Amino acid sequence: MSNAVSIAVAGVAESDLGQVAAGMSPVDLMAQATVRALDDCGLKLSDVDGIFCASAQVRFGPMVLAEYLGIQPKVFDGTQIGGASFMSHLAHARAALEAGLCDVALIAYGSTQRSVSRSSASPPDFNPYETPFRPMMPASAYALSASRHMHLYGTTREQLAEVAVAARQWALLNPVAWEKEPLSIEQVLQSRVVSWPLTVRDCCLVVDGGGAMIVTRSDRAKTLRRPPVHVLGIGEALGHNSISNMPDLTVTAARESGRQAFARAGLAPRDVKMLSLYDAFTITPILFLEDLGFCAKGEGGPFVAGGAIAPGGRLAVNTNGGGLSYCHPGMYGLLAMIEAVRQVRGECGPRQVPGCDVALAHGNGGVLSSQCTVLFGSAATH
Amino acid sequence: MKSPLTLYQEHLGRGELAYQVSDGRPVFFPRVAAPGTGSTDLAWKVSKGEGAVYATTVAHYKGEPPLNIALIELDEGFRMMSRVEDIPAESVRIGMRVRLRVLPASEGRAALPVFVPVRP
Repeated sequence: MSNAVSIAVAGVAESDLGQVAAGMSPVDLMAQATVRALDDCGLKLSDVDGIFCASAQVRFGPMVLAEYLGIQPKVFDGTQIGGASFMSHLAHARAALEAGLCDVALIAYGSTQRSVSRSSASPPDFNPYETPFRPMMPASAYALSASRHMHLYGTTREQLAEVAVAARQWALLNPVAWEKEPLSIEQVLQSRVVSWPLTVRDCCLVVDGGGAMIVTRSDRAKTLRRPPVHVLGIGEALGHNSISNMPDLTVTAARESGRQAFARAGLAPRDVKMLSLYDAFTITPILFLEDLGFCAKGEGGPFVAGGAIAPGGRLAVNTNGGGLSYCHPGMYGLLAMIEAVRQVRGECGPRQVPGCDVALAHGNGGVLSSQCTVLFGSAATH
Repeated sequence: MKSPLTLYQEHLGRGELAYQVSDGRPVFFPRVAAPGTGSTDLAWKVSKGEGAVYATTVAHYKGEPPLNIALIELDEGFRMMSRVEDIPAESVRIGMRVRLRVLPASEGRAALPVFVPVRP
């Protein structure tokens, strides 16, 4: 397979998740995850010379995190494109590592949106062409997309609910998942409607959390504590910003990010054993399965039906329980990548996907706006 | 110089829904430069105010009646966020023909372009 990308994930860790200790800041969580990720791979804080981070609550991420950690990074990047930011950070870290600008890149995230409330953690931008109509953002934007998908392709609310139920079944296999009780399709449908057709169970969690990832060139990663997880391909794409300006509400820029990632990796969807698909709302994994080439446009609903993406189904999606049932601190992309890395390492216990040599992590930001796709592979695929 | 938003809202104040045209293509939201080309040759036009529902949702705010939010595709070829009034929020259907109704400015809120169903 392709050798075009020569970097690997050496260490990963979550911070505390769910409801963190009173007074913890987003940067406390970034730092907590950072030392855990360094411990995971056996590197020291003083080895880190590249900082990549973002949080809705921290305007100047790299400055704040570098100060906290006491690092003068050679390379830093605070790209903020919502939940897909961290896949984008990984792409930029790859460029920096390949160019020799830094040797050990840290990607970090932290959010205390449950502790401080979502409205104060990430107040929506005022848009004079949208805000006066009082959309319940971001849910209403995703609901508009879902309405269009249902209209064009006959996608049903039951099929949307399948995504939430599958996530819950996976979450029950993940000891750190927020949700601990089973969920049925009927319960999803009968939950409180937030923005039709989406009920509260079609919407991601609002919890605290964070994570960190340590990335180096593959040759160095091979000398470290954990099996390296190679970055086989990355794609980044921006579609639009506001939902009124999305060209087709049923087609996302994941088509482009996925095309880039697969081309660079020399892989195809059939090679992928496990997917982390950003599930901000139940419609999103359906759109991404289509746009990333796992089924045809419009067939995402039938594709997920019948427990097909649940444990024991035909395709393992969001094995950590996803943003719907495991953890969604507001910008979930880094946690999505961490799960894909752990699946490739084979350390996921009861939820481990057998023979997971290639995993895909897909990030989404804004209102289906930014789309970034990463393919991770084991040593055998590199 | 007046900002694109000011000009847009001045049109709304007269009951008009304005948009821009550059190189024959509709531009909305209004801008100082056309997307894709950067052309500053942007002509203001007034829409006939007729179009169809492109996508629809119903927001449920605590203690309030259900609120429709829709994307409307205007016949001139641009799309905007708005809502459909005069019918229950959940009765709004994709493809439904609608017509502009500009709600006058009130209490610090600018005039608002909403839509109502076209009765056949």
